[in-house]
Formats: sequence, structure tokens, C-alpha cells
Amino acid sequence: MAVETAEATEAARQAMGGIGVSLARKEDARFIHGQGHYVDDVVLPGMLHMVIVRSPHAHARIKGIDSTAAMAIPGVVAVVTGELLAQHKLAWMPTLSGDTQAVLATDKVRFQGQEVACVIAETKYIAEDAAALVSVDYEPLQAITSPQQAIAPGAIVIRDEKEGQTDNKIYHWEAGDKDATDAAFARAAKVVSLETFYPRCHPAPLETCGCVADLDPVTGNATIYMTSQAPHAHRTLFAIVAGLPEEKIRIISPDLGGGFGNKVPIYPGYVVATAASLLIGRPVKWIEDRTDNLISTGFARDYYMDGSVAIDENGKFIGLRVNLLSDNGAFFADAQPSKFKAGLFHIVTGSYDIPAAHIVANGAYTNKAPGGVAYRCSFRVTEASYFIERLVESAAVELGQDPVTIRLNNFIQPEAFPYQSASGFEYDSGDYPRAMQVALDMLGYDELRKEQAEKRAKGELMGIGVASFTEVVGAGKGKDYDIAGLRMFDSAELRVHPTGKAILKLGVKSQGQGHETTFAQIVAEELGIPASDVEVREGDTDNTPFGLGTYASRSTPVGGAATAMVSRKLRDKGKLIAAHLFEADVADIEFARGKYNVKGSPDNVKTIQDIAFAAYTNLPDGLEAGLEGVTYYDPPNMTYPFGTYLVVVDIDKGTGQVKVRRVVAVDDCGVRINPMIVEGQIHGGLTEGFAIAFMELITFDDEGNCIGSNFMDYLIPTAWETPRFELGQTVTPSPHHPIGAKGIGESATVGSPAAFVNAVIDALSHLGITNIDMPLTSDKVWAALRSKGVTE
Amino acid sequence: MFPAAFDYIAPGALDEVLSLLGQHGDDAKVLAGGQSLIPLLKLRFAAPVIVIDIGRVDGLEGISRENGHVRIGARTRHRDVESATDLRGTLDVLLDAAPLISDPLIRNMGTVGGSICHADPAGDWGAVMLAVGAEFVVKSAGEERVLPAAGFFQGPFTTGLQSNEVMTEIRIPVGSGKSGGTYLKLERKVGDFASVAAAVHIVLGGDGRVASAGIGLCAVGAHSIKATAAEAALVGQEPTDDVIAAAARLAGDAAEPKADIRGSAEYKRDVARVFVQRGLHTAIDRAQGAAA
Repeated sequence: MAVETAEATEAARQAMGGIGVSLARKEDARFIHGQGHYVDDVVLPGMLHMVIVRSPHAHARIKGIDSTAAMAIPGVVAVVTGELLAQHKLAWMPTLSGDTQAVLATDKVRFQGQEVACVIAETKYIAEDAAALVSVDYEPLQAITSPQQAIAPGAIVIRDEKEGQTDNKIYHWEAGDKDATDAAFARAAKVVSLETFYPRCHPAPLETCGCVADLDPVTGNATIYMTSQAPHAHRTLFAIVAGLPEEKIRIISPDLGGGFGNKVPIYPGYVVATAASLLIGRPVKWIEDRTDNLISTGFARDYYMDGSVAIDENGKFIGLRVNLLSDNGAFFADAQPSKFKAGLFHIVTGSYDIPAAHIVANGAYTNKAPGGVAYRCSFRVTEASYFIERLVESAAVELGQDPVTIRLNNFIQPEAFPYQSASGFEYDSGDYPRAMQVALDMLGYDELRKEQAEKRAKGELMGIGVASFTEVVGAGKGKDYDIAGLRMFDSAELRVHPTGKAILKLGVKSQGQGHETTFAQIVAEELGIPASDVEVREGDTDNTPFGLGTYASRSTPVGGAATAMVSRKLRDKGKLIAAHLFEADVADIEFARGKYNVKGSPDNVKTIQDIAFAAYTNLPDGLEAGLEGVTYYDPPNMTYPFGTYLVVVDIDKGTGQVKVRRVVAVDDCGVRINPMIVEGQIHGGLTEGFAIAFMELITFDDEGNCIGSNFMDYLIPTAWETPRFELGQTVTPSPHHPIGAKGIGESATVGSPAAFVNAVIDALSHLGITNIDMPLTSDKVWAALRSKGVTE
Repeated sequence: MFPAAFDYIAPGALDEVLSLLGQHGDDAKVLAGGQSLIPLLKLRFAAPVIVIDIGRVDGLEGISRENGHVRIGARTRHRDVESATDLRGTLDVLLDAAPLISDPLIRNMGTVGGSICHADPAGDWGAVMLAVGAEFVVKSAGEERVLPAAGFFQGPFTTGLQSNEVMTEIRIPVGSGKSGGTYLKLERKVGDFASVAAAVHIVLGGDGRVASAGIGLCAVGAHSIKATAAEAALVGQEPTDDVIAAAARLAGDAAEPKADIRGSAEYKRDVARVFVQRGLHTAIDRAQGAAA
């Protein structure tokens, strides 16, 4: 009987689809059937097409633009230039980091691919033909292609249009305590240093950016279909940038084919298409091609980092110093909370109890594309995690310690949470040694170390990489974290209809993360309405509550919390109705799994569906009708997911090729709402982490020509080269999140690059090779081997 | 990714193709599998006046053996070579190279002759054809020529093919000795062009010495390279480790790579050497195991 009861309970749990159930994704049916609806699927009557004319030069003065030949092609409606925009005060726009960015260049071009003019025509073919005929007279200037070059004395000033800007420096920012850190270094028994570069890469969502701007000249309504991870924030920014009345603006972000941070900023194309639609009175579609996307939109990383860890005589870390120099491109357009110039990079103490830390960050303009975005990470936590995990690897090598031992000796201990870090974060919860142990057991670490020793004796190269990352995700709280002044809360509106079916509307926006399923499961858990009966809506600013959007792993920590809280509000209102139906006192009403009963009478229940029907048909006197609510949730703190990743590699001495043999990833993201979706997120993140470690690179030649401007050169992995992943988990709930969840979308991108690189360095460190900068391409590994005289 | 305007014609007969080529010359481009030409059109790197699609011309596809040759129709798809398993033991290098060409979608559409005529220095078939000593049958209105692979590749995207000619067939001589071969390719990801690749084809005489050797190098020069000094160093020799290593060094010397995002010239030359060395070992092992 007991077994049957357990089975019945499990069956009920699965049918409800609450927390912990690997429910099949509700959105997948339409994607698998090719029925997704993306911006480029939007076709409106009278719609025109826009193509951007881009600069071939990285740095050049514009002496003139001649669009006569382009305008002469039948079907060309307009050629928009910066000069025209300037008449409407739209030639420049504010960035998310408090700088300005050219919408269309008027004085100079400052990176290759910069927007110079826009051709608007009846068809895309005509627009492309005409764009080739727009003649721009350039006077080339010297291009600055590195931040070191940019800040050197006498460097040509890129932002000479900015009043008071006499060099290429953008910001200077510090965190931590310099004096305490200096004192720690003064008493250190050992100091280990690392200088490394996290190169520029690109989120490269398969769907590029684009929009269809439809401004009705009669009503003044502006409907903008747009590839946006943050439609509400974008609506407000449109109102501010373009001076449009906010109540007339409707941003619709339909299905998105990936975002990874790339769809957080506002790009010139959106602004010009909107302005053109306003001026012409017809809808205007603009869709980037692959090269447009790779050379001009939000890139990631491009951080030069050097630093040291001070270690005492017992092998304990006692201080950390990090200097970073960031390459921000031609405009400081990083998408990040406004108070933080280098995002959340100061989380760089990572998983370690380091009592003193000092971080110095400087930013520089270069002749490269602007818009440093967090490519599947929370505002530069990726760079921070990479640096500390690489530095700890260096420390292990220099001290002659096992990389696991050195970590176990220095982890923040489980009983130390909530933990106040030296750089100002309060870590909510964690158990780092446990995650490490689970990973070691899964891998069979000790056996592999034996194999490595045997191989090394035969001259074969094998390495085991360790990384134990800690993330910081889920911003705000709103008081400390804002985007362009908008506080980083988020929202959920829940409406339960009379038949007990519900619509949940969110301020966040899925780009493939499975929100339609995960958030329905939170409602199922909290309110007892089966997840299959909860329809999740996002992306339309007219029909969803204001929120800051989806990035920085904030949907579950913030939007998910809002969903739980609004469900609880309705649950409480349900108690009032239940008390009325039972003719009992509210204080005596109990609720569990969608059922209300009077204390002591567990078998006489009213379901949430009964209550919903009563909310519209049979209410107690004085109670408002309906069962709906809205919650704006401002988190009291961020969440701190963590984990340990272990990677095993074999290296071909003759070619320098690295073969990833195994990847073990143990993640702790707190409570897992849909374990299958969580694992999918980890798989995706590991794939991108692998790609960043070995393949993905946006680089430039000395003239500032972008190398990596299409998928022949910008390498994203296929299933063929992606390694197999072995996943494990621990669960340490967040103490401040309503359901204990922490966010998982980005952990693997944040944590895994260091594990991959550490594995390669582990294979080579006995030869005296201590660092190779990503991507670890075969030629770089070969060159490192050759420098030590190793050859086939 | 929108091409400039062009005319398109798909004749049903080779004569018509040749007549159009005679008429349009350099203004025309021949479309076979389209796996190189269509991207070039979309990127506007190529803007021909007319595209002549030879997809409807009969008799340009298939693999057959006759008169001591393997004949491959110029429009034969990479995929068809990949699945021509009866070439194993005779032309191992073709079977090893075919599955390394780009990805399955491209192999289903792309053609052997199209790739050879396109003559991308990083195209795989050029090195293979040099290694096996292939000949190319090319036709123009009223004339047929047979061009040896050696000398056919003249520079990046430049061959001995005239603008009024179309390739119809590839002929590969197959002798009676024990042969073995292979193809090694370094690519950054599946679907990538080679960073370096090497094609090796060896025939052993009855005495166990090397009767003939063919070595082709890919992506290490302005065009596919035949490593003639390395080949010569093998012929007549017993294939010992030292002989192989010496030949591989000569093959590395024959490479003329340029540094780029894929690596330094030194790196590419050394990988060419390593690949030829590994390839020769495999080829000789296979030849020694092969039936005469």
C-alpha cells in the first residue's frame, strides 16, 4: 500500500508539473514545427527595407557623402545620412554606460563597420544594390587597435568630438581596500602573479538583430517589433532617445533566436528604422546579416588582466591584487549597472576566503566596435572567474601543490555564509568543498592523475583542469543596481480565469531559456494550478508589466521570485474565498498543493479551480471580484551560484591539437525548477565556454580590419567538435529567494573556460609553460611546445 | 547576403554550354554544385553577367574503371566519392579525403570537378589529384584537351582552364602494384577549410621498394603543391623510418605557407611535415597489407 501511495503522489506531482519536474518544454512544439515567429517573419502592408552602409575604415574623417547614384535606382525611397539625423537631433544617442554613440557618423568613422548611411527601398535587393552605390569620401586616419596603444602618450584622440576629452581614457575605477591589501602582500610568504588576456569574442546569436518599425502617421502610434532582451527598458529609452511619447510606443519582442547579451543594447539600426518610418510614414524593416551582427553589435570581454595573490606560510591566500585594462571600442556602450564601470568584475576573489583585495580598472577607447555586453554572463563575472581560477592554477604550480588541494585549503567554508567578501559582496550561500568532492568522485580524479604520470613518463601530454567558480547573478537590489537609472527589479502579473486556467505575464523575456515552461511550474508549485494550464506571456510592452528583462541570469532570481510572490498573493486571497465557501474562519483555512481545507477536515477540500470560479461567481461581501495580481520584486541581494568543473585533455605534440576527453560539471544553482531545462542550460553554457576557450575570436589587423566577420572566420562549434558533458549537482538553496533558486543560464560559460585552459596548462606546466591566452588554437599550443623544444 | 542581378541559364546539352561559354567568356560563370559560387555571389565577391547551370547536362556524373583508369565525371558529388568504397585499396586517398570535405550538406551538393576548377588553395581535391597523378579532360566548342594535374593549379583560383572551357572528367591512372594512401587534414572545426592538409599515395613494387610516390599539399601555398623532391626521395627506396622522415622533411620544405589567423608559416610547414610523415607510414602499411 505504501508503495502505491508513493507512486500516486509521484504521478500527481508529475501531472501538476511543479518544482523539480522535468516537464517537456511547452514552447518546443512550435519551434520543432517551424512555427516560431521571429522579427524577420513580420511582414506589414507597404513595408520598406533598410540596409546600412558601413565604414570600410577603422578610423577616417568623412569628407562627403554622395547618394545621387543610389537615389537614382528605381525603388529607392530614401538615403538617410548623419547630417539628416542631426537636423532631428538624432545623429548621436546615449549609451547604457553614460557615453554617447553615433547613430550615423557625421564627423568621423571610429570603427570598421560603423553605420554611415541607411538606404531605404521597396525591396531588400534594391536596397542592397543602392547601398553599394552610396559614395563616401574618407580621409583615413591612424587606427588604434589595442588599449595599450590607446593610452600611450601622444596617441591620436578617437573621441575628439567630446568636449574636454584629450586622450583615449574612459574610466578609472577601484574596488576593495588598497591599504589592507598592501599590508597583506607585505607579510606574504609567497606571491604568485599572472598576466593574461581574455580576448574579444561575440555572443553571435543565430538570429541576428533587427526590427520592423511601424509608426502610424495618423495616430502617432509607434509599434516596433524588435529583437530585444529588455523590451520595457527599450521602450523607455526610445521615449528618451527619440522623444516619442512613451504611451504611444509599443515594443514587441517576439520569439528570439538566442540573445546571450547581444540583444540588450539599442543599436543605430533600430533608431534609424524608427526615424525613417516616422519620416516616410510606412513600416521599415531592418534585419542584420551575419557580418553586420559580428562587426558592429555588442561584443564581449576584451579584458587585459594582471594580478597577484599573496600567500602565507600555511598556503592560505591573504591578499589579492588585480589590475585590468579594458578595450571598450569606439564608444563606451557597455551594458551594465550604471554605478559599476567594470561590471561586477570585483567578484574576482571568487570562491576563496581572501581577507584583503584591491582591484584597479581602467578603460580605453579603441577603433573597434563598441558595446561590451555580458556574453552569457552577469556583467564581467566571466572575466573575473577566469582570472582567479587561472591565478589559483598558477599558484598550485608554483607551490608544487595539487590544484584540488590548494582550492580546498582556501575555499570559503560552508559555515561562513552569508559571507562578506573583501570587495564588497555578500555571498548568500554555498558549499564549495562538497561540489568539489562530487566532481572528483564523478571523474575518478586520483586514477587519472596516475594515468597522467604514466603518460608523462612516455612523453605523452595529458592534462586535468580544475575550476571552482562562484557567480554573482540576479541583479538588483534596485537601490544599488540600475540600468540607465531604471532599478533592476522585475515583475509578474498573474490572472486566474473563472475556469481555473491562468495567464502569467512577465517583465523578463525568454530567448530560448524555456520561460513558458519554467515560470508556469512556479505557479503550479505555489498555487496548485497545473503547469499545463498556465500560459506565460512576455515581450509585448502593451500587455506585460514593466521589467528590466532577461540577462545576467536574472529571470529566475528576480522574475521567478516575482512569480512566486504573486502566486502567494492569490493563494492568500483564495483563503478569504475558501473561508466564505466553507463558512469558516480565515485563520482556520489550510492550503496545500492547490487544495484548501478547514483545519481538522483534510478530506473536505475546495480546489484552486473551485476558488477561481467563486472569485467571479460567489464572493464574500466586501471582497473585490477576480483572482489576479501583480508583483514587482526587488531582490534583497543577488544570488551566488557555484560549482566545480573538471576537464581532461590529450594534446597532439605534432600538431598542437587539443582533444577534450572528458568534462565533468557539478553545478549548484540552488533549487532546480525544471531539472531538464537546467541541464540544457548547462549544456549550452559548456558548449559556449568550450568555444571561447578554443575557437571563438574577434580580432583585428593593424589597420583595424575585423577578422572574424563571418562564420567561416568566427568559429562556433558544431555537435561534431563539442565534447560530451557529464553533469552532477549539489543543491544549496538561496536563503533569500522565495523558492531558493539561484539562476543557471550562465554558470557554465562563466566557469568552464578556466577549466579548459587549466587542463591544457596542466598538461604542459612540467615543461615550464604557465600561460597561453585563449583561444587555445592548435598553432598557439604548438608554438608553446616548440619554444620548449618539444616536437614530433 | 543578396547577390547583384545576373542572368541564369540551364542548358540541357553540353554543346549549348560550350557555345554559351564561347559567347560570354569571362562574363560567364559555370554553376555545378554551387557550394563556392553561390556564397561568392551572395557576398558580391563575384558578379557574373550570366550563370550557366550545368546541372541538366547528361553524362557528367559517375565513377567507373576502364583502360587502367578510374574515371570520375566532373559533376560527381563529393558524397558519391565518399561512398565509392570499391576504391579502397586502389585509391585510399580519395576515400579518406572525401569525408573530410566540409560538412555533409556541402558534400551532398558540391562536385569534384567544380572544386578542382574553383582552385581554392585550401580546397581538398587539388592536393589529392596531384598525389594520384590525375588528368583532367576539358572541353570547349570544337576542342578537347587533357591536362595533367601537375601544372594545372597556377595560383589562387587560377588554373589552366580557359574561360571558354568546361571540365568534363577526371582520369586517375591505377597501376597493378600494391598501393596505399591517405589524407590528413587539420581544420579548426568541421566544415572549415584546411589549415594544412596532405595527400599521400604510394605504390610498392614486388621487391617491397617504393615504385611510385605521390604527395600533394593543401593550403600551404598560393595553390595546391606537388612535393616532387619528397616524392623523388622515396622512389626506389625501401620505406624505412629514416627514408620516410627524410621525405617528410622535404615535403615540409616544399610548402610555401603564409602566416594568418590559422598560424605562423613555421607552424604550417611543420604540420605539413608531420602529416606527410604520418601519412607515409599509413600509406605504406596499407600498401604492404594490400593485394597486388
